[in-house]
Amino acid sequence: MKLHRHTAVLVACSALAFGVTACGGDDDETARGTTESADTQNLSGSIRIDGSSTVQPVAEAASELFQETAPNVQITVGGAGTGDGFERFCRGEIVIADASRAIEADEYEKCKAKDIDPVEVQVGIDGLSVVANNSLEFPDNCISTENLKKLLAPKSKVANYKDLGEGFPDQAVAFFTPGTESGTYDYFTEAVLETDAEQRTNKVQTSADDNQIVTGITGTEGALGYVGFAFAEENKDKLKILSVDGGDGCIEPKIETIADGTYAPLSRPLFMYPTTKTAAQPEVKAFINFILENNQKVNESAGYVPLTDELKATATQNLESATPVEAPAAE
Amino acid sequence: MAVAETDIARKVVQRASSGERSRDLLFRSSLMLCLFIAVIFLGVLLVDVAADGVGFLSLEFLTSFPSRIDPQSSGIQSALLGTLYLMGLCALFIVPIGVASAVYLEEYADNERWYNRLIEVNIQNLASVPSVVYGILGLAFIVRGPIDIFGLGVGQPTLLAGALTLGLLVLPVVIIVSREAIRAVPPSIREGSLALGATQWQTIWKQVLPGALPGVATGVILALSRAIGETAPLILVGAAAFQRFNPTLDGQFSALPIQIFNNVGEPAGVFRDLAAATIIVLLVILLLMNSAAIMLRNRYEQKW
Amino acid sequence: MPSGQRPGGITRVRTRRSVGEQAIKGLLAAAAVLSVLTTTGIVVTLVVESVPFFEIVAIGDFFFGTDWAPLAGGEQQSFGVVPLIWSTLYLTGVGLLVAIPVGLGVGVYLAEYASPRVRRTLKPIVETLAGIPTIVFGYFALTFFTPEILKGFLGLEVSVFNGLSAGIILGILVLPTIASVSEDAMSAVPQSLREGAFGLGAAKWQVVVRVVFPAALSGIVAALVLGASRAIGETVVILVAAGNNPNLTFDLTTAHQTMAAFIANTARSDVAAGSIAFATIFVVGLTLFVLTFAVNIVAIRFVRRYRQVYD
Repeated sequence: MKLHRHTAVLVACSALAFGVTACGGDDDETARGTTESADTQNLSGSIRIDGSSTVQPVAEAASELFQETAPNVQITVGGAGTGDGFERFCRGEIVIADASRAIEADEYEKCKAKDIDPVEVQVGIDGLSVVANNSLEFPDNCISTENLKKLLAPKSKVANYKDLGEGFPDQAVAFFTPGTESGTYDYFTEAVLETDAEQRTNKVQTSADDNQIVTGITGTEGALGYVGFAFAEENKDKLKILSVDGGDGCIEPKIETIADGTYAPLSRPLFMYPTTKTAAQPEVKAFINFILENNQKVNESAGYVPLTDELKATATQNLESATPVEAPAAE
Repeated sequence: MAVAETDIARKVVQRASSGERSRDLLFRSSLMLCLFIAVIFLGVLLVDVAADGVGFLSLEFLTSFPSRIDPQSSGIQSALLGTLYLMGLCALFIVPIGVASAVYLEEYADNERWYNRLIEVNIQNLASVPSVVYGILGLAFIVRGPIDIFGLGVGQPTLLAGALTLGLLVLPVVIIVSREAIRAVPPSIREGSLALGATQWQTIWKQVLPGALPGVATGVILALSRAIGETAPLILVGAAAFQRFNPTLDGQFSALPIQIFNNVGEPAGVFRDLAAATIIVLLVILLLMNSAAIMLRNRYEQKW
Repeated sequence: MPSGQRPGGITRVRTRRSVGEQAIKGLLAAAAVLSVLTTTGIVVTLVVESVPFFEIVAIGDFFFGTDWAPLAGGEQQSFGVVPLIWSTLYLTGVGLLVAIPVGLGVGVYLAEYASPRVRRTLKPIVETLAGIPTIVFGYFALTFFTPEILKGFLGLEVSVFNGLSAGIILGILVLPTIASVSEDAMSAVPQSLREGAFGLGAAKWQVVVRVVFPAALSGIVAALVLGASRAIGETVVILVAAGNNPNLTFDLTTAHQTMAAFIANTARSDVAAGSIAFATIFVVGLTLFVLTFAVNIVAIRFVRRYRQVYD
């Protein structure tokens, strides 16, 4: 693989050497150098990344670390939201789209209309933590997905936690969750409530920002809700993080359990989408490869969970062969 | 004005009595209370912000780039330059266009014509459009669509595009306030100038505008104050939230409010402190920016 | 060109129009026309994206429905915009209830009572309030005002996200605009008017209320208009302090969602572009635009009539 890239650079530079002087001076160095850093040092270009604000920290951490090995590649990261990200992506305005969900049918159509083929590369895993106000004493500090369903199903009328059964506290309910516009909401309603973006509305306050949800829960007695894993971790001392029983026992949300999938169903994939064309550009390919190869460090800095070897292999495969993603099922 | 004077004569003929004086005092005290409320809020807000952020203020903070790997060493250089460029360009845009529009509406336009009244209603309405919509407008028309002169290539957001979008957002403020300033210049000034043979434009340029300068300055201060803190339009236009190199006029840019917004939504406490420090820098820039206008205002203010 | 119809206008008997003067007038008019172009641009963008929405949702359902849940799925999805309109007017009202008296109070104080030196220092300080990013106000409301002042000091039973906090802080946000612009207007009132009133034996407050105020009315109205406009279009403060849930209620202790807040929130969310849910951004934007347009026309007409009495 290294040889492949090395040869490619040599060929490209030789070709350019006829017309442009730019590669002239570097020829000797690249002819001799076989290390990756020499290759990446020569990479240049600009990469515009935009999309999900959830994946944004990953892109940021990656671009900063990548800059050390490839200082001439200018990367900017935006956070206009997954929807806006795909919109720009499908118009060819950005190189990589960050997404906290897979591309949807509508968006895919738009891309195809402009002759753009998205390539799906998973770069990390995010977990959803179920958190509660410190006043709530649940048995074993655990809640089953069944009970979550009972509490938050669209038609739920549960007004007191004791209605869940033996051992549950006598406390009026109060919920704080992300709002309908959030990808986290979509994920939770699909994975846990098993509905199509439908969730209880009475006694539920929604907020756009996980920090605000945390503020809401810490400030309201008997409050319960769900936030991103990193937010729960950061506020461990102010809230209770509940273990979740998805049918195989109570599992605490931790990097290990999220990574290996035992903390189910509350872990979700984080994606970056280049196009088939941009994935072939050396600087873009190098960048995304960098994220996959340094997955642990990048995800740690961003507050997320690194990919398992299996997932990493799939992602690398997609990137290397620039496989266009399959058309998503229309809703 | 004559109406007001007879009004006075008719209604306000009373000698000040002790009752009057206590009412006077009451009135004055309630006004001071208002001032107190305003200043207290400002004080508490600033202290809240300063306390968290002051620890990060340093030259390194101003000259480093944002960092996610090592937040302690994070800086705001790229965003700072972005904001400075944006404000400079924005001011260059809103001052001439804003004042020109105000001059037209006050001095030249016949208020009975429907098209002039349409312009007037338009401007007033535009002041209440949420900033997000200006972002959508900027994206659709300045960065992408027909007026893609300031973007390079297809749909690339540039500093100029961002500045124009912000400019459109705050232009109504400049126009409305400048109109009032121009209106406040007494007609006698104009009449005197015209009587001496000056043309309308000469009168405006040499007499009316200098007289209206303090008011115009207020409008520009309020406009730039609004523009400097706006996040949504910039994000929608395509500004970067994270950029580790300095912006150029024709390239990607970031801005301080975006950094603040970004950091405030982070779980780790250190980012909130960074946000607080950035806010302090933003306010300092605002004060410096406004001080130019404030100096002009103080020098040219006059009591008619 | 006769312009004597305008109060305080100049009646010119004869003018010599040079080409230069015409050109200047043209340039100035062009600047003013930019506002119309901007409006056209906004309306075009909003309308174009709203059309697909109305092909799917009945107009009656939209304008008269009282349940707003456009991004929810299945049965819960509902497109009644009334709660948003209500909360917009309600919270703006609360904000103005704070901003207008306090703002005018500050303006009057600075214009009429403060010494020039005090005025020169205090006015910029008040204007600095206008420059604080709105997100600071939002978080101030959420993390300080609600817990410490509303719940703590005043002992009110409010939830974490409530309309009262958002409304009041909105008022504080808008206050500097009203204060600064009205102060300008009152300072511009000729001294002779005040002196005349004093000469007739009026007390200071009477001079201010009965003489200066009416004389500065035009500018004061402009201040109020700017303040109200800002309040109605404010997004972040409402989002952070009043939460994300539309509620059609008089109850200020619960969450509220305004039109502007909804637009700002959804425009930067994960909603798929091109979907009906995304189109709601434009539809609500259009609704807000039309609403403020209607209010502004009424306001301008009302003010014009009122102003003529005083001029």
